[in-house]
Amino acid sequence: MAVKVYGAATSTATVRVLLCLEEMGAEYELVPIDFFTGEHKSPPHLARNPFGQMPAFEDGDLILFESRAISRYVLRKYKSSGPDLLRDGSLEESAMVDVWLEVEAQQYDKAISSIYIETVIKPVFFGGVTDEKVVAESVEKLGKVLDVYEARLSKSKYLAGDFLSFADLSHIPYTQHIIASPHASLFESRLHVKAWWESLASRPAYKKVTAGVPTSK
Amino acid sequence: MRKPTTSSSLQMMPRFHPPYISPSDTGTTCFKETTRRLGYLWHSLGNEKMVVKVYGKAQAVCPQRVMHCLVEKGVPFELVHVDIDNMEHKRPEFLQKQPFGQVPYIVDGDLELFESRAIVRYLAEKYADRGPNLLGQTPEERAKVDQWLDVEAINYNPWAFPIVFNLFVLPIRGLPANEDDASAAVDKLNKVLEVYEKQLSKTKYLAGDEFTLADLTHIPATRYIVENCGLSRLLDDKKHVKAWWEDITGRPAWKKVVSFVETGGSNYSP
Repeated sequence: MAVKVYGAATSTATVRVLLCLEEMGAEYELVPIDFFTGEHKSPPHLARNPFGQMPAFEDGDLILFESRAISRYVLRKYKSSGPDLLRDGSLEESAMVDVWLEVEAQQYDKAISSIYIETVIKPVFFGGVTDEKVVAESVEKLGKVLDVYEARLSKSKYLAGDFLSFADLSHIPYTQHIIASPHASLFESRLHVKAWWESLASRPAYKKVTAGVPTSK
Repeated sequence: MRKPTTSSSLQMMPRFHPPYISPSDTGTTCFKETTRRLGYLWHSLGNEKMVVKVYGKAQAVCPQRVMHCLVEKGVPFELVHVDIDNMEHKRPEFLQKQPFGQVPYIVDGDLELFESRAIVRYLAEKYADRGPNLLGQTPEERAKVDQWLDVEAINYNPWAFPIVFNLFVLPIRGLPANEDDASAAVDKLNKVLEVYEKQLSKTKYLAGDEFTLADLTHIPATRYIVENCGLSRLLDDKKHVKAWWEDITGRPAWKKVVSFVETGGSNYSP
């Protein structure tokens, strides 16, 4: 039975889950939730995600929210039909995956999401005005985070080690948008970060999922 | 492999005493106890690699998360003090270990890890065979633990942090706090706790009916909020959250962490 993802291609968290499903060749249904009509705050969706956020996920009786938790579940469920992206078989490797997943969620996401929210979400979805001061601060923060990544990726091919993992893929949703913006220079000016990104963007799952994601206004 | 001890230290070697084997012993108990004592023997031979080292300040939230997990699992550790007040965590030597200049990081043999939530996942996995099961038994239960771990990190902590920082940390340092940030965060946290109230009216703990990592990661920051920021009212009007809070902070392991911190401990043995 196909699993269901309740969300939208414009929701970066939804894209995270879709990427994992595609990597594992899983059968799934994307049930669109309409952000503009506030459907994510409607009682049926709140019953799935009590924080009124996207995505929510359904596998039979199991209902989950939080895109990284959903992704972990998907990567484990379909483990035999795709790459080993969590490295559960090795205590040390899976620990490194968890470290860089936390870095993504705590350090990277906070900096990069502000840029996307100010430059795209606010004007396009809310008719608001970009706060250039916030953008400048976020760009500076992201630059510092990417300096750490540059150092890391000069020592290992991917973030958790010399193997691709979910920690790398988890960066795709926001990065995709920033790469399509003038701030792409943050990535292009850092040799190893650039190579790392190009490796991620060359994956078939990336191309398939992001084909459905609008990146320009 | 570990280096062998030299002959001069053989004189000072502690003795290994086999455990008492009771008639009712199943064999497993004997094996476990033997292994445990051999482990401590190895440690007492001066093999420091046996003891996990936690680098951080005892009073800080994130190191406490890690220490709590270690105590729940009965794992000895050494807390190596990092002088945050004097910016030790921003100096080059520290940044070699934790490139974002934060505490804690741990050293476990050859493995060095940072990010407290990743560390506790690692410890819960490594010591899955002892202490409480902190990760769930089935893939579905594990998914719920992962879900609520992320809720803490992404929906709870962004509000808990500015409250603790502005109403507890800055005042202690005699620095001006941002009352507006704190006040806005209190409103947001209250709304999040309303969601928790609904969940905890259905399950005893966040991820189900057992205490897991998902509950554990909430404790250090929430304790400061409730006890040191005068915000117990956030829990008082939420019957199930309050009962959950009293339950998880009543755990012997947590009480040991509190005591360890208050007495300025640096070496913990179960």
